[in-house]
Amino acid sequence: MRDTLKSAAGTPSITGWRNRLPGLPVMTALILILVIVFLISLTIGRYGIPFEQLMQIFFAKIFGMTGQGTVETVLFNVRIPRILCGVMIGAALAGSGAAYQGIFKNPMVSPDILGASAGAGFGAAFAILNSFNIISIEITAFIFGLAAVGLTYALSSVIGRNSNAVLVLVLTGMVVQSLFSAFTSITKFVADPNNKLQEITFWLMGGLNSITSREVLMMFIPFVIGLIPLFLFRWKINVLSFGEEEAKAMGVDTGRVRLILILASTLLTSSAISVAGMVGWVGLIIPHFARLIVGPDYKKLMPASVLIGGTFLLIVDNVARTVFATEIPLGILTAIIGAPFFLYLLLKGRSAW
Amino acid sequence: MQLEVCSAVCGYENRKVIDRISFSVSSHEILCLLGPNGVGKTTLFKSILGFLKLIDGSIRVDGEDVSHWKRKRFAQVIGYVPQNHTPPFPFTALDVVTMGRTAHLGAFSTPSKEDRRIAVESMETLSIDLLKDRVYTEISGGERQMVLIARALAQQPEILVMDEPTSNLDYGNQMKVLGQIKKLAENGLGVVMTSHCPDHAFLCCSRVVLLHEGGFEIGEPDEIVTEENLREVYGVDVKITSMPTGDGRLAKTCTPVLP
Repeated sequence: MRDTLKSAAGTPSITGWRNRLPGLPVMTALILILVIVFLISLTIGRYGIPFEQLMQIFFAKIFGMTGQGTVETVLFNVRIPRILCGVMIGAALAGSGAAYQGIFKNPMVSPDILGASAGAGFGAAFAILNSFNIISIEITAFIFGLAAVGLTYALSSVIGRNSNAVLVLVLTGMVVQSLFSAFTSITKFVADPNNKLQEITFWLMGGLNSITSREVLMMFIPFVIGLIPLFLFRWKINVLSFGEEEAKAMGVDTGRVRLILILASTLLTSSAISVAGMVGWVGLIIPHFARLIVGPDYKKLMPASVLIGGTFLLIVDNVARTVFATEIPLGILTAIIGAPFFLYLLLKGRSAW
Repeated sequence: MQLEVCSAVCGYENRKVIDRISFSVSSHEILCLLGPNGVGKTTLFKSILGFLKLIDGSIRVDGEDVSHWKRKRFAQVIGYVPQNHTPPFPFTALDVVTMGRTAHLGAFSTPSKEDRRIAVESMETLSIDLLKDRVYTEISGGERQMVLIARALAQQPEILVMDEPTSNLDYGNQMKVLGQIKKLAENGLGVVMTSHCPDHAFLCCSRVVLLHEGGFEIGEPDEIVTEENLREVYGVDVKITSMPTGDGRLAKTCTPVLP
């Protein structure tokens, strides 16, 4: 009824105007916010570094001088790697979430709901149990993340034929998710309680407290490899969101494009998870939030999701490391923020998507 | 430009649905596919569009077999107007129409100003340019059908394949859409459409394919849409009458006779 009235009035609704927001100023603003949050993040922490001192250290670094001792060590060996990783992880999860939503033409999916996170989580836990090195942890996480998404997709296309595809995909995703969570529990069960169990458990809760420059590099490579196809194919994601046959009829080689996008998104998700542990919700709520700001066109939505995702995770990690005397695991915080925000989106109604 | 279906056998792995059907559509022609539910209209459609592999036979464009064509090349020649549906995201109508330009974009490109201009132009052709900034998920079914046609026009194809373009539309919108289809054909497009209403064949079609259990009939509307054929295929008693339209023409209509 509401829609009919709008039609009759002939005025574009708020969503219509939103889609016309010029892309460039919005992106510039989002980049600016990220840079500001980044700079603020450098100064705060258990070891506070006032802004003037921060500038001094940078100038000293640029002109090849050393000194300042502890502060510099904290900044370059601990804080900057952690901040960089935080931004990349948030961006990776939000970007892959946005891509999954388009590929599966379903605004309710995310790396968590498709089982990608649970699969990657199991892969990483299994790798930690067997004392793999960090590269092998990432590779194992990627393989199992991919297996989980593949399983969800295959099951839902068999079950969901001619029925409510949106719901079926979410439900099969839940099944796959709990299956891989059970596998993760098995790895915990067989893990040595004196060292491995603790390691896996803390890693599972999600956090960036053990990040060093090595992790930055390990995150950076898959981040770039995964993000490039998401950007190159961002217009095609629009077309894919209209479904297989229509996308084909509009000239998209759906099989190939979808496969590349799933590989790229899963690589992003699994590398984020192998570095930061189970950080949920980001891939679901950030694309929705970005859609509220720039509309559904992936030409703008993809960069917006990536930028907002990075900023969001950085802010959450700042909270995680500063608010209490001991660190709060990141995964717990994103869930506490994500769940109510998603409920709010649901209550606001479908038009927000 | 001519789209040919050459002794095509359509169906699924071990179930033939349509056996050895042949027909062709050229520029300026409108071909209407009629037939009851479940005789394979959708299967035939999917086969023509290459969503479903032919068991035998071929689909040809100007004599060239399209089975090995890239999707992009195919899309530049044949446009598809699907049945009205709701996509998951609130794109504007102009966004949706611009997606028709995809077949003309490079693999990694996004639409240029020129592509937007062509999209607006195809909306103007259908007189729906006022809908440009409206949200596709919030406009009426008739408007959405027009947007989908505009999207196919932005694709600048030679042949348009339309899956029940009048389904879910009220009477006025049905006639509006049929009128537009007729105009498009007059301007040089070839059109293949399905319909559930035999009257549509009389209204604007130059050829009719009537699918039924166990076969098909092909010919001019006057030869195919007959009282006997309709009774046999749909199981309905129908009287076909001619009425003067007032401008010197005769319009044929089907009047079902309920028992």
